Amino acid sequence: MAPPTTKQQRSGSNKKAQLGLFTSYVAATLGAVLGVLLLAVSLMRPEAFSGLRSMAADATAPVGEAGAATRVGTRNFFEAIAGYYEAGSRNAELEEELAIARVRLVEAEALAQENQRLRGVLGLTESDVEPVAVARLIGSTSSSARRYAYLSAGRRDGVEPGMPVTSPMGLVGRVVEAGSSTSRVLLLTDTDSIVPVRRATDNVVAFAEGRADGSLRIRLINLGVNPLEVGDIFVTSGAGGMFHPGVAVAMVSEITDDGAVGQLLGNPAATDVVVVQPIWQRQLVEAAAEPVTAPTPGPTPEAPGE
Amino acid sequence: MERLNPNSRRDAYGSKINRDHSLALVYGIPWLTIMLGSLTPLLPIIAPAPVFPPLGYIMLLGWRLSRPGLLPMWAGLPLGLVDDLFSGQPLGCGVLLFSLTMIGLELLEARFPWRNFWQDWLLACILVPIYLVVAALLSGTGFALSQLYLLIPQILLSLVAFPIVVSLVSVLDRLRLRRFKPMFR
Repeated sequence: MAPPTTKQQRSGSNKKAQLGLFTSYVAATLGAVLGVLLLAVSLMRPEAFSGLRSMAADATAPVGEAGAATRVGTRNFFEAIAGYYEAGSRNAELEEELAIARVRLVEAEALAQENQRLRGVLGLTESDVEPVAVARLIGSTSSSARRYAYLSAGRRDGVEPGMPVTSPMGLVGRVVEAGSSTSRVLLLTDTDSIVPVRRATDNVVAFAEGRADGSLRIRLINLGVNPLEVGDIFVTSGAGGMFHPGVAVAMVSEITDDGAVGQLLGNPAATDVVVVQPIWQRQLVEAAAEPVTAPTPGPTPEAPGE
Repeated sequence: MERLNPNSRRDAYGSKINRDHSLALVYGIPWLTIMLGSLTPLLPIIAPAPVFPPLGYIMLLGWRLSRPGLLPMWAGLPLGLVDDLFSGQPLGCGVLLFSLTMIGLELLEARFPWRNFWQDWLLACILVPIYLVVAALLSGTGFALSQLYLLIPQILLSLVAFPIVVSLVSVLDRLRLRRFKPMFR
């Protein structure tokens, strides 16, 4: 058992001890007040301290990168542990390949349809997207209610706030803060993240919002009879100009009143390397009232800070 | 004249005379390990939901409860700031909650100066869930009260993590209080 504090006297007439105790209470209270002020500022302007955060992330990135290099093939915390008990690593690999192939197939279908539509409208075909950077996710805010991940590429590699981040399986999120060698990615499952999507097979449009528990809430824009079925794949629609159309986002796993609950396809935990893509239609995004640094993906219905 | 055996004042570490604590370790280790705990977001775990215990905060509780008087009461300010830089919470959340925890524990210390491990754990079982819930509500998104069930796994993991962290703290405390000869001090 630890002895109680002996430095400070609780009672008695030692004026010096009383004063010391009083001073430390004042200091701690000032700390709390400062915390309230900082919190108010950062809640009102989320990007206020981004420089400070980026600096800290840049300074500690080597630690994270060393760890990320070991995270190859593991999917998430628990599956990684389970992997030691199940020796079926080969099986897991095949499964992953199959999953990628399945998503690729649906994406290809979506692309073909997108192509057809664009050709019809513009007489243009969508060219391949030139990636800005290829990097690792070096960590995530795993103990906070926010879903951010740290990326091992920053301004030096051409990464800028607003750029979409994708994995071979689908969309992962978008960059919100870029430091010089690291950046912070808002994952799709964050409650602040809203992505305009459409069903891969037709043009049922919706918004995919994060639910903070690893799944997405798919909210249909046109309310009426809910046409969704379990197993439907949603891809980005390109509305708002931020995300390239036709990137896989989620698969419907449960039908709700106003849409569905979708499982994330581009599970960031399952991917070792992610690709940062350029903003699809930069001028369109910049034309929006908010600057690109603010976490507002184009035409969000309830964009924060507007 | 009879002389002492020259090895009688020596042990495995050398002379037993004139050894003392290293100030850098005595005051550095608690601060350093709490800040290391705050670096958990750099672990290569990409979590789909909040699952990982807030090790920075639990480490602070561990040091504060097992070594009262070691951390000054204003320690919540710098330690909370470091935590905020990495945790993903809006900046200021950790500063506020860490500071309030330090004040609260000081008040509690005045009322209950002698506690055992079980009482400390009970205290952590009260403080950590409050910390996690308040941090989630202050996280700056539409994290509604109805979503609080999401925190249950994390809370349980944190409560289990507390004894482990405390035993880690006691190991670190032995390192902290090691005595060195002047040249290493």
